[in-house]
Amino acid sequence: MEGLVEFWNGLPVVIQILLKIIVIMLPLMILVAYYTYAERKIIGHMQVRMGPNRVGFFGFRLLGLGQPIADAVKLMFKEIIVPTGANKLLFLIAPMLSIGPALAAWAVFPFDAEWVLADVNAGLLYVLALTSLGVYGVIIAGWASNSKYSLLGAMRSAAQIVAYEIAMGFALVGVLVAAGSLNLREIVLAQQGGLLHWYWLPLLPLFVIYFVSGVAETNRAPFDVAEGESEIVAGFHVEYSGMTFAVFFLAEYANMILISGLTALMFLGGWMSPFQGTAIESWFDWVPGIIWLLLKTFIFMFLFLWFRATFPRYRYDQIMRLGWKVFLPITIVWIVVVSVMKIQHAPWWFN
Amino acid sequence: MSFEKFLFYLFAVFLIGAAVMVITRKNPVHSVLFLVLAFFNSAGLWMLAESEFLALALVLVYVGAVMVLFLFVVMMLDINIAELRAGFVRNLPVALVVAILMVAELVMVLSPERFGLKHYAAPAPKPADYSNTAELGMALFTQHIYAFEIAGAILLVGIVAAISLTLRRRPDTKYLDPGQQVQVRAADRLRVIEMKPEEKA
Repeated sequence: MEGLVEFWNGLPVVIQILLKIIVIMLPLMILVAYYTYAERKIIGHMQVRMGPNRVGFFGFRLLGLGQPIADAVKLMFKEIIVPTGANKLLFLIAPMLSIGPALAAWAVFPFDAEWVLADVNAGLLYVLALTSLGVYGVIIAGWASNSKYSLLGAMRSAAQIVAYEIAMGFALVGVLVAAGSLNLREIVLAQQGGLLHWYWLPLLPLFVIYFVSGVAETNRAPFDVAEGESEIVAGFHVEYSGMTFAVFFLAEYANMILISGLTALMFLGGWMSPFQGTAIESWFDWVPGIIWLLLKTFIFMFLFLWFRATFPRYRYDQIMRLGWKVFLPITIVWIVVVSVMKIQHAPWWFN
Repeated sequence: MSFEKFLFYLFAVFLIGAAVMVITRKNPVHSVLFLVLAFFNSAGLWMLAESEFLALALVLVYVGAVMVLFLFVVMMLDINIAELRAGFVRNLPVALVVAILMVAELVMVLSPERFGLKHYAAPAPKPADYSNTAELGMALFTQHIYAFEIAGAILLVGIVAAISLTLRRRPDTKYLDPGQQVQVRAADRLRVIEMKPEEKA
């Protein structure tokens, strides 16, 4: 063990950072793959179907656990078709622009009190800036495809994301006021003290608005007008095939996991135990923080799937109304409320 | 050359290259995308100057929102490039005068005699826990509060003006008030009656 630590400290910083990135990315990619499987299984059961149950390993079906691997291999070997008159360079860059921010945001994500790749002061701002860049992948894909349906999808997506980003940003301003820091680690530490001390309670409206805006930002049902398969085929990625399509798919799921993780960090106390400060706190001392964080993240990841199986798609004007006329005023009012609570040291969150 | 210096020159070269591309590309969508690249690189430069708040705000506001709307508009418009280029020669003299004036001003302000290290010493690097955001907020809300509030009021007037310019009453739309929509109950619209089956003669 000692030798290992010594070996680690002897490595150049660049190699250390690269290894840390791999340690974050590898589980994330596996999680993304099995999230797609979970989606098909869960929605299948909600609709009284079996979901995928054929592809397994070594001749065993294993409830279809081999399905994501089979899908990935299939997509990798499919031909990438570039439509006539498409802008080839932008057409191929668009998926990368879509997945890049979704992965880069994990750099400032604290998995435990000490487990963070880059402990930067302005972490929250960094996350917000990066999540706002995901829209470029969608817009450029829609434009470069040289297809009317793609362009329609891109336009819808652009308007929607700009609208919801403001609500999302204001919700985060509330968190920032409450925690008094832009550093994600410090935001979690400010919520110390168990279930009732987490920010979901004093910031309840912001919590709901942040998560719903997150659903809208990731273009998931019921806000999936950018894809809208019953109206505009598949929206911005209608012309994509093979691996280029797979990258869009990966980006969407990586974004969903990111939003779930951030919601868990900012409103559900991140890696902290929900039993803190209660009589049974010591029973759960052995549980590592990352397990709590994962459990909290899974709650929101499940909600994404549940929403998709439950709600019909919003009409476009309803989406705009919700974003501008409902969410925005509520967030502004609640920021004032939070500020007053903070100044008056409202028990027991801010004293 | 230290790594930071290398980064500075990297960002600077990309910034200038992207800025040149913005004004030379024929396709306006390409120009907008190069402008996005230029913003990114200037954000990188600001980051190197230890002003992380400005750098991230630049990405968030300009790249994340303003340029998206720019792209939106540019993609929707069917811009006739020949028409745009038509006035080039006619406008060239005025443009040249403006360009030369600006270059002259920049040279006067930024020349080594007036802007060298001996006039403005390099600031000492801040410790790692120094929060640029907090300092900026403190300065804005204490020292510069009036300027800040006035800027805010001007922006508000701008918003009101923009909305009132685009707002129009259209009595012919079939818009439904969502408030009334959700208050509809089945009992108001539907009557279930019981009756005996009609017998056919």
